[in-house]
Amino acid sequence: MMPLVDIRDLTIAFPRGSQENRVVHGINLTIHEGETVALVGESGSGKSVTARALIGLSGAVVGASRFDIVGDGVLGFRERDWRRLRGSKIGFVLQDALVSLDPLRKVSQQLADAFGHPGYFVRRDVREESRALLHSVGIPDPERRLPQYPHQLSGGLRQRALIATAIARRPSLLIADEPTTALDATVQKQILDLFAERKQAGHTLLLISHDLAVVARLADRVLVMKQGKIVEEGPTKQILSEPAHPYTRRLLDAVPSASSRGFRLSPATQTEDNAPSLHATVVCQRLPLPPKRIDAAQRVLSASGLVKRYGGGFAVNNVSFELAAGEALGIVGESGSGKTTVAKIVLGLIEPDSGTVLVDGQPWSHRSEAKRRARRASMQLIAQDALSSFDPRYTVEKIVGESLDTVGVFGRDRRRRVIEVLDAVRLGATFLDRYPRELSGGQRQRVAIARAFAPRPKLLIADEPVSALDVSVQAQVLDLLAELQAASGTALLFISHDLGVIHHLTDRVLVMKDGRVVETGAVETVFASPTHSYTRALLDAVPALP
Amino acid sequence: MSALPAPAEHETAPASQFLRRLPTNPGLALAALFLAVIAIATVSPALLATADPIAADPLQAQLPPSWEHWFGTDHLGRDVFSRVVHGARYSILIGVGAVALAATAGSFLGLVAGLSRGLIDEIITRLLDVVSAFPDLLLALVLISFTGPGTTNLIFALGVAFIPRFARVVRAQTFVIARSGYVEQARTFGLSRTVLVLRHVLPHAVAQVPILATIGLGTAIIGAAGLSFLGMGPQPPAPEWGAMLAEARNYLRVAWWIGVWPGLAITLTVIAISVLGRRWQTAFEGRRSE
Repeated sequence: MMPLVDIRDLTIAFPRGSQENRVVHGINLTIHEGETVALVGESGSGKSVTARALIGLSGAVVGASRFDIVGDGVLGFRERDWRRLRGSKIGFVLQDALVSLDPLRKVSQQLADAFGHPGYFVRRDVREESRALLHSVGIPDPERRLPQYPHQLSGGLRQRALIATAIARRPSLLIADEPTTALDATVQKQILDLFAERKQAGHTLLLISHDLAVVARLADRVLVMKQGKIVEEGPTKQILSEPAHPYTRRLLDAVPSASSRGFRLSPATQTEDNAPSLHATVVCQRLPLPPKRIDAAQRVLSASGLVKRYGGGFAVNNVSFELAAGEALGIVGESGSGKTTVAKIVLGLIEPDSGTVLVDGQPWSHRSEAKRRARRASMQLIAQDALSSFDPRYTVEKIVGESLDTVGVFGRDRRRRVIEVLDAVRLGATFLDRYPRELSGGQRQRVAIARAFAPRPKLLIADEPVSALDVSVQAQVLDLLAELQAASGTALLFISHDLGVIHHLTDRVLVMKDGRVVETGAVETVFASPTHSYTRALLDAVPALP
Repeated sequence: MSALPAPAEHETAPASQFLRRLPTNPGLALAALFLAVIAIATVSPALLATADPIAADPLQAQLPPSWEHWFGTDHLGRDVFSRVVHGARYSILIGVGAVALAATAGSFLGLVAGLSRGLIDEIITRLLDVVSAFPDLLLALVLISFTGPGTTNLIFALGVAFIPRFARVVRAQTFVIARSGYVEQARTFGLSRTVLVLRHVLPHAVAQVPILATIGLGTAIIGAAGLSFLGMGPQPPAPEWGAMLAEARNYLRVAWWIGVWPGLAITLTVIAISVLGRRWQTAFEGRRSE
């Protein structure tokens, strides 16, 4: 039988001045009817632009020796020809439904657009079809959703509505580009379930993802992309359990999980963000992380009965916890659970409505800022978005050095300490004069870590510090954080939505939902035998590698 | 996307980038050249025009442009070219003075309003609303009616009228920056509020002020000329462009050159300033949106 998609020697290049910047270097892609194929890679690997080339939306120069889609040779297609193909033969789902759906059009209108009947008024037969379509993507009570606007839907419903628009005209192939990346774990599970159902029904799917675990659940076949080339290709089970290529091996090793606890996620030899070459030897054995020194007698932080109200409800409702020197406490929860508010209360950036925070046994909350100022150096923050936490006019030296203001380290001593911490995060003195915008994502996060460790804090608060990073960069940053924490004996309050990261890095965990702590305890205990139904649902929702 | 370091754009500030582009753009180059001449006229007019701009010579009255008097002479026999050249000083002084006053006061008010929020912000914002409800010139005219005419009073009146446009921008910027990630981060270092504002808020909040000031300068010069035309600025026989226009009004039909040259001087100066200011603004915004 003829494949739905048959592409040979695909190259994609963006014109840059008189030259070409080639981003995809001769890949082959075949998709058969009823198959689910996954294209996996990190940012910049060329996976998204490849997906877009399949519907003629890459905006680049596309070349191939063969480019057949659903029986048509599309080389030399004009915009008019592509338009005929889009929607009817190929559906496309993007990452974020909030930006992909028109905020000013009702769900019913967007579906009518997708059916090919655009306009303000929706015909009755189209409305019937829309209702059936919404039902088929698992939206309960479609009659209620049709007249609503995208912002009135929850994240999961919105993503379902987007998928509905993509499959409205029953395309032979559905392409989903990171369809669950912007979603919380439990919502992600619902969307993956929907794709799984469609797969059962015999639909064809091309899944683009950076997340190997998401792929593991759905795909029949995996193609691993790196720097515009396919480095490995094969049945999902084989790729994930016995990867042949070192890059695939490294990607799998980099995923933090229960089994990676106490071990490094990245090969030890790297000095910088530069990924090791494709020909690096396969590292099969995980290297252990240095042991932690937890001093249970020394309470660095204790919070009791924290409450913060916003509007009518509670952002944080009766949250209490303690943190010992050298210990790592994880706070895990979905968006809106109050994790970040807890961090801000601990940092003294917002005051709790009631409850107290003690730092080193001394009162910290409800004090004047003047009294807190001198003690602030003992508590440092690593924010999610490192770039926005840097003053864009500052060089790395000034950025890192600024945290030493309150501990009174200036001049030559400051420079020495800045170089010392930059060395510790494996950036080195060559980075002193760089500006934040010249740094890659991983380098920025390293600078943020260097800055946090510079004044030798007793407590480190990390708010989603790796959630914006690629998995291999995330692995390096997590390793670095674990190493430095062990070496310095700093207590760590680590906030994340990613249970794998929490399981890998922290000793104890707080599970939060709607501002409350639903479960707490040692990480192994909580994750191995959760007592609360929400924790179970959360753990259940996490797609796992085989 | 890639790990490659981005080109170091910080090494070339927008101002220097903008200066480097000058020679490739004839419009920009002309504007810059013209302003350079105006600058010389402002600093040392005697270099360009040797004739006395004030000494009257009734025998030479209303002569058309010639080799001897490039722009002709006026109704009192004064050399129009010399008067136009010497007049640059007044227009530029009033324009720059008014804009400097407005930029300083406006930045301060905007910063205070943006940082304080609450009642103080409310008071400042409402005051600005009231001030900007009147057309600039009308407001300046009202102020001068209290202070009386003269160069200093004109600077003050125009300066006050221009405050809202600076204050608004600085307030909006301050508002955003005071809530930015790096200000929050700096708070966790335990820096005092003053240090925080001077180090991280002020430089970003006023980043656009020089550009706004350049564009505002054109408007201020027109305003100055307009008010001088009405007799509110430098008093005769000072060769202010607006005042010269007022005098020339009565002779337009018999001696067009008395009015046309100062009029052209005003128009070209304002156009040249606007061209440079807008181009600078585009360069600045382009850099920010990257």
